Amino acid sequence: MTSLSTPRRLAASRDETQAGALLWLLLALLVVAVLLPLAAILGQAMLAGDGSFAGLAPLRDTLAQPGLARAAGGSLQVALATTALVLPLAYGYAAALTRVALPGRALFRLLALLPLLAPSLLPGISLVYLFGHQGLLKSWFADGSIYGFAGIVLGEAFYTFPHALMILLTALAVGDARLYEAARTLGAGPLRRFATITLPATRYGLVSAAMVVFTLVVTDFGVAKVIGGQYPVLAVEAYKQVIGQQNFPRGAVIGLLLLLPALLSFAVDRWLQRRQGTQVSARAQPLQPLRQPLVRLLALLYCSAVGGALLVLLGTAIAAAFIQQWPYQLSLTLQHFDFDLVDGGGWLAFANSLKLALYTALAGTVLVFLGAWGSSKLRTAGTAGQLLHALAMLPMAVPGLVLGLGYIFFFNHAANPLHGLYGTLAILVLCSVAHFYTTAHMTARTALAQLDGDFEPVAASLKVPLWRTLWRVTLPTCLPAVLDIARYFFVSAMTTVSAVIFLYTPDTVLAAVAVLNMDDAGDTAAAAAMATLIVASSGAACLLFALLSHCLLARSQRWRQPL
Amino acid sequence: MKLDPTTLLHKAPPTDGAATRPYLTLAGISKRFGQQQVLSQLDLTIGKGEFVCLLGPSGCGKTTLLRQIAGLDIPDSGQIVMDGRDITLLPPAQRDYGIVFQSYALFPNLTVADNIAYGLGGARRDKQHRVAELLALIGLDEIAGKYPAQLSGGQQQRVALARALATSPSLLLLDEPLSALDARVREHLRREIRSLQQKLGITTIMVTHDQEEALTMADRVVVMNGGRIEQCATPFMLYREPATRFVASFVGQGNWLAARSRSTQHATLGDVSLLLPAPHGTAAGSGLTLFIRPEDLVLHPRWPATPDAVLADITKLELLGPIYRVSLHVPAWGAANVVADITHAQLAQLDISPQQRVPVSLNAARLRVFAGEETQHD
Repeated sequence: MTSLSTPRRLAASRDETQAGALLWLLLALLVVAVLLPLAAILGQAMLAGDGSFAGLAPLRDTLAQPGLARAAGGSLQVALATTALVLPLAYGYAAALTRVALPGRALFRLLALLPLLAPSLLPGISLVYLFGHQGLLKSWFADGSIYGFAGIVLGEAFYTFPHALMILLTALAVGDARLYEAARTLGAGPLRRFATITLPATRYGLVSAAMVVFTLVVTDFGVAKVIGGQYPVLAVEAYKQVIGQQNFPRGAVIGLLLLLPALLSFAVDRWLQRRQGTQVSARAQPLQPLRQPLVRLLALLYCSAVGGALLVLLGTAIAAAFIQQWPYQLSLTLQHFDFDLVDGGGWLAFANSLKLALYTALAGTVLVFLGAWGSSKLRTAGTAGQLLHALAMLPMAVPGLVLGLGYIFFFNHAANPLHGLYGTLAILVLCSVAHFYTTAHMTARTALAQLDGDFEPVAASLKVPLWRTLWRVTLPTCLPAVLDIARYFFVSAMTTVSAVIFLYTPDTVLAAVAVLNMDDAGDTAAAAAMATLIVASSGAACLLFALLSHCLLARSQRWRQPL
Repeated sequence: MKLDPTTLLHKAPPTDGAATRPYLTLAGISKRFGQQQVLSQLDLTIGKGEFVCLLGPSGCGKTTLLRQIAGLDIPDSGQIVMDGRDITLLPPAQRDYGIVFQSYALFPNLTVADNIAYGLGGARRDKQHRVAELLALIGLDEIAGKYPAQLSGGQQQRVALARALATSPSLLLLDEPLSALDARVREHLRREIRSLQQKLGITTIMVTHDQEEALTMADRVVVMNGGRIEQCATPFMLYREPATRFVASFVGQGNWLAARSRSTQHATLGDVSLLLPAPHGTAAGSGLTLFIRPEDLVLHPRWPATPDAVLADITKLELLGPIYRVSLHVPAWGAANVVADITHAQLAQLDISPQQRVPVSLNAARLRVFAGEETQHD
């Protein structure tokens, strides 16, 4: 008999050993793709201008720069203003979608999610066309005052609206009709019911949405780059330091600053998730949407106004892409799509983006699903599984700009054996997978968590190898989530500009980067055309995935429908 | 919990399964999670073809014990030997058992036939043949092409059972297999599983918290509490002669009476002296607790000849269906409150109603004696 002191371990079967090795391999990949680049930023932030180690001195010097303090102040202001604007707007929109019998509900939901298809540069371009120096409505913002604070806030509001909406939709979708009935029998009016039932039940969602909007605004540089004018914000400052002045240590310090709100929001979110628990008991009665004609009319008007504004911002850039010379010569043309006339990368950039999106979707989905499966379903996952899960959460807290900086510092280092990756499409794929890993991982984990935890033990008792159960049961039952993950990777890789801006070369230039560079060079119409291509291909991808999902569900998911 | 004692008495001939060839031997099994000792030094031997139930309240360690046997966990110490082979550290796939979980864990995207065939290898024809055989065995030939979501709970349960039996394992593990079903289906499946087990002669271990299930299905019941085995006996012995206070209070109903020992085999209960069924081994004058089942209290229509009858006040009369439960206050037994079970026929003969007095005696041969005076049990 073994003594108590000897730690015993169950012998692993062959498939479990293989799966364990795979898990360690995935973990190593995440370390290279996420952890080491971040560590490289920390290291870089401690170097003096000549590359010698200087401890905390560069950090102090950079923070003492008056420009940086102004940029930090500017970022804080636009982020707070955007949050204050978006939160009530999105809350009202979400409430109308979930709590009111709104005509055309699906359409309004789709409309509000459209901004996800566009790079954050697009609202900037639209705002220029609407309210800029040559804008149709330039009188609304006198003397070009759209360039700066107002423009950034409006653009960021467009960019962050769907993110806030998705969180609030989830928060508002659940509710217990019994509570409202009880309140009504006790004589509480609509305002009192809202203040005592709806608001408290959704407060976690509100905080979560606020954190997401705030972080997105602070770390995004697309909107500010296009419409920000001379208004200082941190993200643009980091971009200028690295791309413009090649001052890497200073870029690294700003990168570290950008990490702060993201880390804070990440911590708050974790804390909320622990506190939240299950708010709605299993016996909760589903809510009946409000049907009073007046409420429905008001909701319809409200959603039309908000959704219409989003559509105008999206549509202006698209319209401008097809118009001869905005706003003087409004005849239609395709000449702006002839990118050979302008710098920026042209059709090569678009082809590269499609390739990047495709490879990211493929590689990302496979890696994420295997990682999520291994870390949650493998009996022998152990340390590797826990580490992988923890590391998978990290990219959420790392702004793309920071990740991109880290990639320069890590991969561009001569001593790095992976140095050869620098400047290839492969590093762009790796960076994009890492950048969007968390959301995909969470989606996969959620889908896997819904499967019965006893599938693997049953299969093991039947002596069926893990791989066969993964292929025959786990993957087919998670197929909708898998398609969702692939679509998410595709669209994100198509629209992102922040991480890849530091990593592209003339050969691997991307569409979103081209938008930025064309706009920078004053070719706004070409930038609008390229942005339109991005929206069109993300939209087409979404349609394609929806179609694929529909067909696959109909064919292979018959089991979901009870007879 | 209602329990009809008469059905139990029919199973009286006690078949001690452990006497047959030992098939599974657990020796000194201990397991702790963090600070909590979940299993401590468990020893258990299960014979070939035996049906053993692990019974106990939630948190008693019964499911943990099953997980050690299944290789889903390993004990911190101790040894598990199956058919002469030490399997303590072997992964599940290298053991030889079929398992049915509480959730059934049927693969939702596979048909009933594919679920049952999941663990089968070999040629397609052989598989089809075996699946047909198993479907016939569980009496569900016509549902081969359906998906689990299209089946009733009872059908799902039987499919899970067929899947577990498909590879002809030598051991069947059942983890609360009936708890998700409604009462009527449960009762039917109890009989069905038991007869299937007897037909196949497969060694079976079932975890349950339902004592009625354990008593009606098992050859032997292992009552667990706090990570230890309280008693391991046939259902009959378990009910008739509970070895510990826990078993006595957990299985069936009973009355606890504070008494005092008078000599090696005599005790004083209030004003009454009783001859105990066996020497109790405590010093004269020390406190004892007597345990007696409600059906072993006897109510008399008129004053009986027995010397130990006393008067009791009837406080409540409850109809439990096949029997009546009479609540009594007995001043002569140290003001004890007890319940007695009587049949409808007995009640008619007694012609009693609440607030009346009735002579009561107890069947001293059925008394269980525990040391100490603690009579509070939940």
